Amino acid sequence: MTGLAIETKNLSREFGLIKALENLSIQVPGGSVFGFLGPNGAGKTTTIRLLLGLLEPTGGSAQVLGYDIKDNPDEIRSNCGALLEHSGIYERLSAENNLEFYGRVWQIPAPERRDRIRELLDNLNLWDRRKEAVSTWSRGMKQKLAMARALFHRPKLLFLDEPTAGLDPASAARLRDDLEKLVEVEGVTVFLNTHNLAEAERLCQQIGIISRGKLVGLGSPGDLRAKAGKPHLEISGSNFSPQMIAELEARPGVISVELHNSRLTIHLQEAVETAPLVSMLVSAGGQVEEVLKTQSSLEEVFLTLINENEGAVE
Amino acid sequence: MLADISTIIWKESRELFIQRPGFRGGWMGLLIIVGVFGILFPYQSGIEWLSAPTTVLMWAWLPFILVNGVVADSFAGERERHTLETLLASRLSDRSILIGKICSAIAYGWGIALIGMIVGLVTINVSNWAGKILFFPPFIGVTMLSSSFLIAWLAADLGIIVSLKADSVRQAQQTLSVAFLLFFIPLLLLPVLPDNLRISLQNALGNLDFQSVIVALTLILLVFDIGLLVVAFRRFIRPRLVLTEQ
Repeated sequence: MTGLAIETKNLSREFGLIKALENLSIQVPGGSVFGFLGPNGAGKTTTIRLLLGLLEPTGGSAQVLGYDIKDNPDEIRSNCGALLEHSGIYERLSAENNLEFYGRVWQIPAPERRDRIRELLDNLNLWDRRKEAVSTWSRGMKQKLAMARALFHRPKLLFLDEPTAGLDPASAARLRDDLEKLVEVEGVTVFLNTHNLAEAERLCQQIGIISRGKLVGLGSPGDLRAKAGKPHLEISGSNFSPQMIAELEARPGVISVELHNSRLTIHLQEAVETAPLVSMLVSAGGQVEEVLKTQSSLEEVFLTLINENEGAVE
Repeated sequence: MLADISTIIWKESRELFIQRPGFRGGWMGLLIIVGVFGILFPYQSGIEWLSAPTTVLMWAWLPFILVNGVVADSFAGERERHTLETLLASRLSDRSILIGKICSAIAYGWGIALIGMIVGLVTINVSNWAGKILFFPPFIGVTMLSSSFLIAWLAADLGIIVSLKADSVRQAQQTLSVAFLLFFIPLLLLPVLPDNLRISLQNALGNLDFQSVIVALTLILLVFDIGLLVVAFRRFIRPRLVLTEQ
């Protein structure tokens, strides 16, 4: 798919006095995975509901697959798949009947429906358990089934609202693998709501960071690290005294210094020479074993942006 | 839209009967109802069962009770089990979801009533066989069919309206129980009316033309059914429903 899958302009939604979403402007290219990061209650779910035409905006506009969310919500829902906050699986039904139902909903002809059920359940290693009532399944299996349901009608755009939330690490990793594989095979655009930063970093080409309804960061993981992150120096060794730390913190270009388990982390301003810092440590009696200069992780960028916004609001 | 409605009915019927946990959940209850209303009562009443006004009343009210028992789950159940938002995020239109749910409830209540009527006819014919097949008098038969259908529809409309707003299935059931009682209050009040008032009421009813009363009641029911359907459509507001599933 080419062109823009999603384009929002100052999209806003208020619930009484609460601004759940404020002037969201993003562009999601077709065929990409867009990660929407934010803490709980930041406005991620509201955004998905708005983009699916399930809620009406109180301001701004948005186009999804070329359709306006206010004028053509039915067309949007017809062309999209969704795995929302709750899996939406009918637990009294079997896995096969859950998929059969949504296959009928999307008016897929019976023979194609049967083949597709087999294909998806096979891919997710659930075919042998297709006749079981879903209520007996683990949360991870239900989530996989929900993913299969969301992909059943080969949507052009897939909305996923925290698909790995509440899963144990192994199940979450398997689900991410399955998602990656399925997205690669199906070639859909994915709008992924998550507060799992490793997940976003691994899967997303573009990331939006939202806090209290406001978009506070937008770009590729690399761009965000470059824009909002600061370099830091990781020094492993021994004999690091509080006096050395105080001297380091007094040097120009050093923001802060932390010592954890014989590991010094020196947070730096951009374009600071690091060799003099290491020399200073060595001459003061520090035993340096390893030095690593890195950019901030996505987690640090995320926390910085969220804290800046929350500080600004307060 | 018909295909979408039938899809909803397909899902509802499976949830109701086929994949309810255990045999007792769905089929046993159904067998007891058909056994009591289709075999026991006709067998005890004999041939009069075919034309007695109580038979008409019984088959008219049975669907109300049956529909009342399942319709609370229609939206409140989806909300409680967190399946409503996913359903609303599908391509199904408001109308097809709503009509599908109403039709499912009607099909359940009216369907069981029809099965009961047929079983009752078989019971009467087997226990009173006189060389020819006995059947309901035409007016009674048509009245039974139409009134049971319209009352099933009425119960479905009421139940859907309540279920659309209720936070849980239990809350919907409690509200519907109150509604159910309201329907019976006139009957409950009848014995406690002053004698002169009761006698004049009985005389007035006795002087009425039975067929005209039935036709009038049928028309009134039809108007109520359509009116409540319109109310249900107005209450089905997707954004509001989405926000109620938390």
